[in-house]
Amino acid sequence: MITQALLRALDKKAIWLVAILLALAVAVPAANLLIPAGQPGHVPTYIVTLFGKYLTYAMLALALDLVWGYCGILSLGHGAFFALGGYAMGMYLMRQIGTRGVYAHPTLPDFMVFLNWRELPWYWQGFDQFWFACLMIVLVPGLLAFVFGFFAFRSRVTGVYLSIITQAMTFALLLAFFRNDMGFGGNNGLTDFKDILGQPVQAATTRGALFAASAIALALSVLVCSMIVNSKLGKVMVAVRDAESRTRFLGYRVEYVKLFAFTVSAIMAGIAGALYVPQVGIINPGEFEPANSIEVVIWTAVGGRGTIVGPIIGAVLVNMGKSYFTGALPELWLFALGALFIFVTLFLPKGIVGLLGQWRDMTARREQAPAAPPPPAQAAVAAERGEDPATLGDVQPKPAE
Amino acid sequence: MNKAQDTMLYLDGVSVAFDGFKALNNLSIIVRPAEMLAIIGPNGAGKTTMMDIITGKTRPDAGDVYFDGRTDLTRLDEAAIANLGIGRKFQKPTVFESQTVWDNLEMALKKPRGIFRTLFYSASGEDIARIEDILDTVRLADRRDDLAADLSHGQKQWLEIGMLLAQDPKLLLVDEPVAGMTDAETVETARLLKEIAETRSVVVVEHDMSFVRDLATRVVCLAEGSVLAEGTLDQVSANPIVIERYLGR
Ligand SMILES: Nc1ncnc2c1ncn2[C@@H]1O[C@H](COP(=O)(O)OP(=O)(O)OP(=O)(O)O)[C@@H](O)[C@H]1O
Ligand SMILES: [Mg+2]
Repeated sequence: MITQALLRALDKKAIWLVAILLALAVAVPAANLLIPAGQPGHVPTYIVTLFGKYLTYAMLALALDLVWGYCGILSLGHGAFFALGGYAMGMYLMRQIGTRGVYAHPTLPDFMVFLNWRELPWYWQGFDQFWFACLMIVLVPGLLAFVFGFFAFRSRVTGVYLSIITQAMTFALLLAFFRNDMGFGGNNGLTDFKDILGQPVQAATTRGALFAASAIALALSVLVCSMIVNSKLGKVMVAVRDAESRTRFLGYRVEYVKLFAFTVSAIMAGIAGALYVPQVGIINPGEFEPANSIEVVIWTAVGGRGTIVGPIIGAVLVNMGKSYFTGALPELWLFALGALFIFVTLFLPKGIVGLLGQWRDMTARREQAPAAPPPPAQAAVAAERGEDPATLGDVQPKPAE
Repeated sequence: MNKAQDTMLYLDGVSVAFDGFKALNNLSIIVRPAEMLAIIGPNGAGKTTMMDIITGKTRPDAGDVYFDGRTDLTRLDEAAIANLGIGRKFQKPTVFESQTVWDNLEMALKKPRGIFRTLFYSASGEDIARIEDILDTVRLADRRDDLAADLSHGQKQWLEIGMLLAQDPKLLLVDEPVAGMTDAETVETARLLKEIAETRSVVVVEHDMSFVRDLATRVVCLAEGSVLAEGTLDQVSANPIVIERYLGR
């Protein structure tokens, strides 16, 4: 039963995607560590970290796509699950600082000493253990999504109303985490991390390992999502998206279908957040900003919702654009993002992936020639660049009519 | 309760109002096991609303609704009622347009509906044979891999009937099944429904009188939310009130 489900997950596109991600997990850190700086092929450490961060964003976008693209739940609060996973990881990293903090307190993080706290609050217990932190990274976002979803879906809150309450959820968490007496570092959040699993977080080897972990986590997410959407449950999710009440009359409990997707998605987002924090070196309440969650929706829409590869492409491309813009023309970024969203909504309802699909159909029809798969050499180049060779034929410019 | 014994569907004194407008007014209808009932009546008579009440979409303000002589349907939700064995074809054909004909039937197929059972489901040889069987019955075998959206209106109607068959219900509620069908398809549909009614209870709502004649079964005429007349089609259509309120218009 399980093996059949796994086999179903490995359709052709998913195999390619997983293979590329696993290749990247090895190749990028290797190019950073084994090829000396200045030589061709060397990848500087900051690029490793930057793209490691993009991979966690891609995972967040994929998680959102599972609920939005496949199940029709437009969550505008997915950043909250990402941030909660990030905070759980941040708490572990804080506990690893030990006496190396400014106040050199053996157990209390600096901000608690600063607030004159005498002892560690109960909810900080256990976070010195990595396994415990891992458990919380999965459990906290998962549980919040389960409880939130249970009440929301059972009372049949849908559409805009659901989007608004997800937005309210992340906003409420934003306000809560801002408070100093919550015990999460208030406004400043958690930062100045030193070690992760005994390794210095700043070291190039650790950066490489975090990149690899992000790529592998994304590959696993692709497998999980692919397994779900290719199963009968995945078909029922699409049915819920397209005709919710009809699905009920077939005897499916729509609220549980949604709850399942929402919870799995939140866990995935939490893990992404946990991988994000050690790479950027800080987690603060800003991550709960409602605008962050809306950006995730834009990435997903740009890449193509309702596909596995779309949100990954969208997250990486839009964030590359963001990195460029915020460096070169910071005041223009938000306008560019808004314009991009409007453009995609109006002209590319299926995103970049949909555009590639259209292109393929059109050229296939026009040329009538059998479209040969890209030769292996070309595919290898594409894999190195992180592209899906399956779509390579479409990327190349075609002569106009 | 006793009165409901030996019935597949038992409605007694059912009323429902929308913003003061009485869509159903003290409606009482009985359907026996393996019986077909045809329901006719003018637009707005409450035919679809009656199906909404049976399937849990709408709650009645008053009255009893029992299934299979014992289950009170007014306490259950749509999914629970569907799982009891009540299948419904909607007036406006509603199939899952972005999915294939095959997938539509596979989702409808009577199988455990739990989340994890559905996640790990893979079609057994028996399931595949059953779906192929249904595809032949509703004449969609050559369209199995096409998207439901690409079917003609009549074919969507048949796909939905196929989904009903896949659900293997004890009671079928069929709302205007032949709208948009050619005459030949209409005759074929009547034949199919009669065949189904040999083993199950079927309630058919239809305006097409020649189709209702083909069904050759008991007819109830609804108007303004209650039963106006009942009997064979000839008896009902000879009834002066029915002529005045429905057929004569
Ligand atoms: N959910 C609702 N809210 C408000 N009014 C409703 C609702 N459902 C039905 N009605 C009204 O109840 C009346 C009965 O509608 P219903 O759809 O049951 O008629 P019908 O007999 O199926 O007619 P038709 O032959 O046109 O399908 C109509 O006047 C309709 O407007
Ligand atoms: Mg109707």
